[in-house]
Amino acid sequence: MTEVTLSNVIKRYGVHQAVHGIDLDIEDGEFVVLVGPSGCGKSTTLRMIAGLEDISGGEVSIGGRVVNDLPPRERNISMVFQNYALYPHMSVRENLGFSLHIAKRPAAEIKKAVDEAAAILGLQELMDRKPAALSGGQRQRVAMGRAIVRHPDVFLFDEPLSNLDAKLRTQMRVEIKKLHQKVGNTIIYVTHDQVEAMTLADRIVLMRDGHIIQVGTPLELFNTPVNTFVATFIGSPPMNLLDGVVTENGNVRLGDGQELPVPTAARAGVHVGQQVRYGFRADNLSPVGHGVAEDGDIAEIDLRIDLSEPLGTETLLFAVLAGTEIQGKMLNPRPVTPGERMTCRLALEKAHIFDAETTNVIRSS
Amino acid sequence: MRRRLPEWFVLLLPAFVVVAAVVLIPLLFSLYSSFTPYKLTRPSTLWTWIGERNYERILTDWKFWAAFGRTVLFLTIALNLELLFGLGIALMVNKVTRGQRTLRTVLMFPMMFSPILVGFQFKFIFNDNVGLVNNVLQSLGSDAALPWLVDGNLAMFSILFAEIWMSTSVFAILILAGLFAMPRDPLEAAKVDGCTPWQSFRHITLPFLMPFIYIAMTIRSLDVARAYDIVQIMTGGGPARRTELLWTLMSRTGYVDAKMGLANAMGYVSILLSIAFTIFFFRKLSAARAELGMGG
Ligand SMILES: Nc1ncnc2c1ncn2[C@@H]1O[C@H](COP(=O)(O)OP(=O)(O)OP(=O)(O)O)[C@@H](O)[C@H]1O
Ligand SMILES: [Mg+2]
Repeated sequence: MTEVTLSNVIKRYGVHQAVHGIDLDIEDGEFVVLVGPSGCGKSTTLRMIAGLEDISGGEVSIGGRVVNDLPPRERNISMVFQNYALYPHMSVRENLGFSLHIAKRPAAEIKKAVDEAAAILGLQELMDRKPAALSGGQRQRVAMGRAIVRHPDVFLFDEPLSNLDAKLRTQMRVEIKKLHQKVGNTIIYVTHDQVEAMTLADRIVLMRDGHIIQVGTPLELFNTPVNTFVATFIGSPPMNLLDGVVTENGNVRLGDGQELPVPTAARAGVHVGQQVRYGFRADNLSPVGHGVAEDGDIAEIDLRIDLSEPLGTETLLFAVLAGTEIQGKMLNPRPVTPGERMTCRLALEKAHIFDAETTNVIRSS
Repeated sequence: MRRRLPEWFVLLLPAFVVVAAVVLIPLLFSLYSSFTPYKLTRPSTLWTWIGERNYERILTDWKFWAAFGRTVLFLTIALNLELLFGLGIALMVNKVTRGQRTLRTVLMFPMMFSPILVGFQFKFIFNDNVGLVNNVLQSLGSDAALPWLVDGNLAMFSILFAEIWMSTSVFAILILAGLFAMPRDPLEAAKVDGCTPWQSFRHITLPFLMPFIYIAMTIRSLDVARAYDIVQIMTGGGPARRTELLWTLMSRTGYVDAKMGLANAMGYVSILLSIAFTIFFFRKLSAARAELGMGG
């Protein structure tokens, strides 16, 4: 059983604090993705777990054992680095077998483990090549192979796919997910790409400026973001956010005087005159007859469509509402002419209200 | 009808002329003179052809072979120790976080002195009467005045010491450059893969540094092969030829004994030594580069 526990973990670089007291419990076999914008401390956190970076405060334990003062080699982890970090002077075979070789395992066992990993990742043809003679995707696979031959307790990935082109990235994403299903180890995976986070994670840890903002399953983060940062970071396109103020009759008056009803979930949490941001996803705003269900709590909005992006099964619509550009979605699309006016329906039970000042979501518990 | 020379030939002609004047003619002349009994004091001897007699004489002369063997030994010891010290210094300087620039500059000081000055300096330091080393030894209670430059083995040691003092920094600086260029990632990967610091050095750092080491070796093997000055100043190949290396032997034969033809023959034999060393290290360099996937 290999749980990883971080309690109040801090990282300081001189006076600059990069990670501010992180608490996180990761279960055995869980696939956890650390995601957040550049510089938010994801790599630093991961490297503290790996033992490549000193821990300035707090405690990291792996499998119930506090590892703060253990060097990486005693933590039984493997790591896949962003730029692969293959050993340039070794062949693929030697790269894969290096850790076992260092651990002085018998040659037959090394060969078996290496061949197994090579088979899983389809590297058999490349075994005698040097890293310089491999493509980016192949190097990435070697780096993953090197991580799995050791059967570590925990896999650490630091943006392993960010150097690959879009197609290969999608492909490798699937392979990583398969790999996890096959070997079942605990995985901690760092990325700044929310799509990767959504598709891979059992649980997402969303970070900003060295703090954890929200932890939860991909759907939890998507459906119930705790603040506007989560709402705009997770999901594509990002959530539409409109500035407004709460009126006496239970509406939110937007900048241009137009009013939208406060969503059901937030009614008890707002007070009259409160500055808020009204949030809803493109998926929940559709022209009549093209998506959002006809029943339920609905608000109707008249929009002038400035631009449309047909994506096949749906078309993304761009319009301006109360001075802010917003996006909606049209299912079963028909051709749209720019400038066309459409009546759109907004599903209120899927909309959110955020406090304008704290940016936190308002929900009546 | 006048034929015109091809344009490329005309354009290259100045280069040809310069190379011929500076390299080719002296080379051919010295090669020719190694087949004559040419004595500097009697220029007419230049016109007597004696075939390979000079070479025969050298190859059967134990003094030449003694110098040859001593030179090979000298080169081997000097290069290996310089490599070892240079590597050590580079690794330490690489760890230093403050004042590294200054240290790097200080490292280069020995390279800035003329070898003749270095020779004189060490000649003084190792002098058996007034030298610094013996002075220190005596003030520490030893009553012997060690004959640093007189005893054959001690003299060899002293020369080696001076040579190493002067040139270790060549290794140190080239290896330091290698360490700076070294990517950090494979080292971190090695840590995660279970390496102790020594294993990381042995399996990751050292292979990466090999090309730099061989470049230093190649440069230095050419260098040492013409390091005449220090030996000449410190011992002049003496006492009684016990520190005679190829280059002091040659200059003695050529200028003191005035047997230029013979000296040139020695030169050609010992060039083979230089070429052998250089080719050896160059091969190693290419192999090490290929190993790292840097291409031939
Ligand atoms: N060695 C260091 N010295 C000083 N500050 C550092 C050091 N390494 C990282 N930092 C700082 O720590 C913060 C977090 O860095 P980190 O590398 O963890 O970011 P990240 O979330 O991985 O970003 P990215 O997505 O760009 O990789 C950044 O502000 C960075 O400038
Ligand atoms: Mg990073």
